[in-house]
Amino acid sequence: MRRLPWWLILAAAGTYAFLYVPLIVVVAYSFNNSRLNAEWVGFTLDWYRLLFQDEEMLRAARNSLFIALVSSGVATVLGTMAGLAMHRWRFRWLPLLVVTPVAMPEILLGVSLLVFFIQVLHLTLGMLSVVLAHITFSIGFVAIVVRARLAGMDESVFEAARDLGASPWQTFRLVTLPLILPAVVAGFLMAFTLSIDDFVITFFTAGVGVSTLPLQIYSMIKIAVTPEVNAVSTLLMLLTLVLVLAASRLDKGLMRAGR
Amino acid sequence: MSLLEIRDVTRRFGAFEAVKEVSFGVEGGEFFTLLGPSGCGKTTLLRMIAGFDLPNAGRILLDGRDLADTPAELRPIHTVFQSFALFPHLTVAENVAFPLRMARVPDDELKRRLGEALDMVHLADLADHYPHELSGGQKQRVALARGLINRPRLLLLDEPLGALDLKLREEMQLELIKLQREVGITFIFVTHSQPEALALSHRIAVMRDGRVEQLDEPSRIYGFPVNRFVADFIGNCNLLEAEVRAADEGGLRLAVAGLGEVRAPPDGVSKQGDKGLLALRPEQVGVAGEADPAWGNRFPGTVEDFLYIGDVTTYQVRLDNGFRLQALLPNAAAGRARFFDPGDRVTVGWSGAAGHYVRET
Ligand SMILES: Nc1ncnc2c1ncn2[C@@H]1O[C@H](COP(=O)(O)OP(=O)(O)OP(=O)(O)O)[C@@H](O)[C@H]1O
Ligand SMILES: [Mg+2]
Repeated sequence: MRRLPWWLILAAAGTYAFLYVPLIVVVAYSFNNSRLNAEWVGFTLDWYRLLFQDEEMLRAARNSLFIALVSSGVATVLGTMAGLAMHRWRFRWLPLLVVTPVAMPEILLGVSLLVFFIQVLHLTLGMLSVVLAHITFSIGFVAIVVRARLAGMDESVFEAARDLGASPWQTFRLVTLPLILPAVVAGFLMAFTLSIDDFVITFFTAGVGVSTLPLQIYSMIKIAVTPEVNAVSTLLMLLTLVLVLAASRLDKGLMRAGR
Repeated sequence: MSLLEIRDVTRRFGAFEAVKEVSFGVEGGEFFTLLGPSGCGKTTLLRMIAGFDLPNAGRILLDGRDLADTPAELRPIHTVFQSFALFPHLTVAENVAFPLRMARVPDDELKRRLGEALDMVHLADLADHYPHELSGGQKQRVALARGLINRPRLLLLDEPLGALDLKLREEMQLELIKLQREVGITFIFVTHSQPEALALSHRIAVMRDGRVEQLDEPSRIYGFPVNRFVADFIGNCNLLEAEVRAADEGGLRLAVAGLGEVRAPPDGVSKQGDKGLLALRPEQVGVAGEADPAWGNRFPGTVEDFLYIGDVTTYQVRLDNGFRLQALLPNAAAGRARFFDPGDRVTVGWSGAAGHYVRET
């Protein structure tokens, strides 16, 4: 193997440091036995203990999980349907229609949803509006993953199922769904991750009654970056990491199974 | 009544006509082949029979019943795809049993028939394997067993041997014939390989540009091609421009420019003045050091080239008047590669009963 030039190694190391050092600092301080995010005093789990006694924080966590589960569940169903539709009917505007919310600036989506919910639907902001908003921005992601999976598959398999006596529904249940399942699950995990982490859109559509973990963290750091914030951030990071790893695992698996 | 009847079927893609007013019937128990060059509309026709596609005009009837309103899953017609189209997430047994499950065949009967089907194609040992663990020939057998297990009225095979190497291809050809004879199910087989079509079929429809050019038994397609395309596409053929000078029960007397008069067997339709081609198969043409008295037609020439194939050798002979003819002689004696060398003076000839006159109007 050829040796890489030293400056390339340096550039890479610098980039990775820039990416990961802030995260590592947050994790480290969450275990630091000091109120101040300054020097290292000693190891403690006190901040986590405190976290699990914080009623407000627990409520926010429950909300986040509930919103993520429901919105990514619904988005997975709708997104899978959209992915199948994009694959089957090659109207040029269809992918655009489905995927645009993905590319839209979040702030724009947040504001327009807010206006839509209040002015058009006359909805009181709360759990429902947040769930609806999260579904909106997740569908596109699921649809993209599902369509990518379908694009790599031998079309004649679906025709073979019909040919051998399966109705359209049986074909979907017995052949299509099993074959795209890795992509569907990966899409679900992605939607879940997006929902758990979302701040901007949630901020606009949550109203006063509902708080989620990102909103809660934000409201806490307005006062100060406490070790408690570090602790909850660390947990959130861990969850995200696990979900992303699982999704990418499935995504690679589906590449292989498609051959 | 034919089992399957295609009546004036046309399929257009935009302005392009892929299938043009095709009509033919397929009889029960027949091994019927659609043969033609790439792009002539074979797959398009097959897809309409299977129900994946609909004709723009014309009708397709099975047992006299129009299939237009019957979706693919309700047609008693199964397909073996060129890519095999096995379900990658199901085992061999699950793949083969799929049509029975769809037909809600009870479990004990399903098990029995599955066993029979797997035995039929020698796959019992691989029942629990997944498609990606199989060789090309094994996948082919799974696809065949899956297509046959629920005893369709008609099995469509779209170049099912195309993905196999030559040796396996020949093995599978023999197996296909045997299988079709055993199960008695009607096959419609698509190929662009003419030896394959000749070897397997009861009847062949030769297609070109969306039309059926000739429909007949293999020996008649080979022996009596109806036009230049069929003569040229099926096997090797010497084609000589010829005009009918006289026709009677005894045969045709043809005027071939540069050769003079040539005798050909009677065809019952050609008459004086018709223009066309004399189609001569290489194996009908003899080559000899001196003229054989049995030849009704004989011409002097020079051997230009030869091609040793093993069982036979083909010779290119240039006649003194400039024509080039191909002749094929068997090499019955072992170790013998040729009878003549390039440059040898020879006489080329054929009997007055050989050859076939192709009218061109
Ligand atoms: N869905 C389609 N849209 C447009 N044109 C098509 C479509 N399907 C087939 N064609 C055209 O119709 C013609 C016949 O195609 P078809 O697949 O039937 O040929 P084929 O005889 O099966 O050839 P091959 O031996 O290469 O498989 C081709 O020129 C093809 O480009
Ligand atoms: Mg084809």
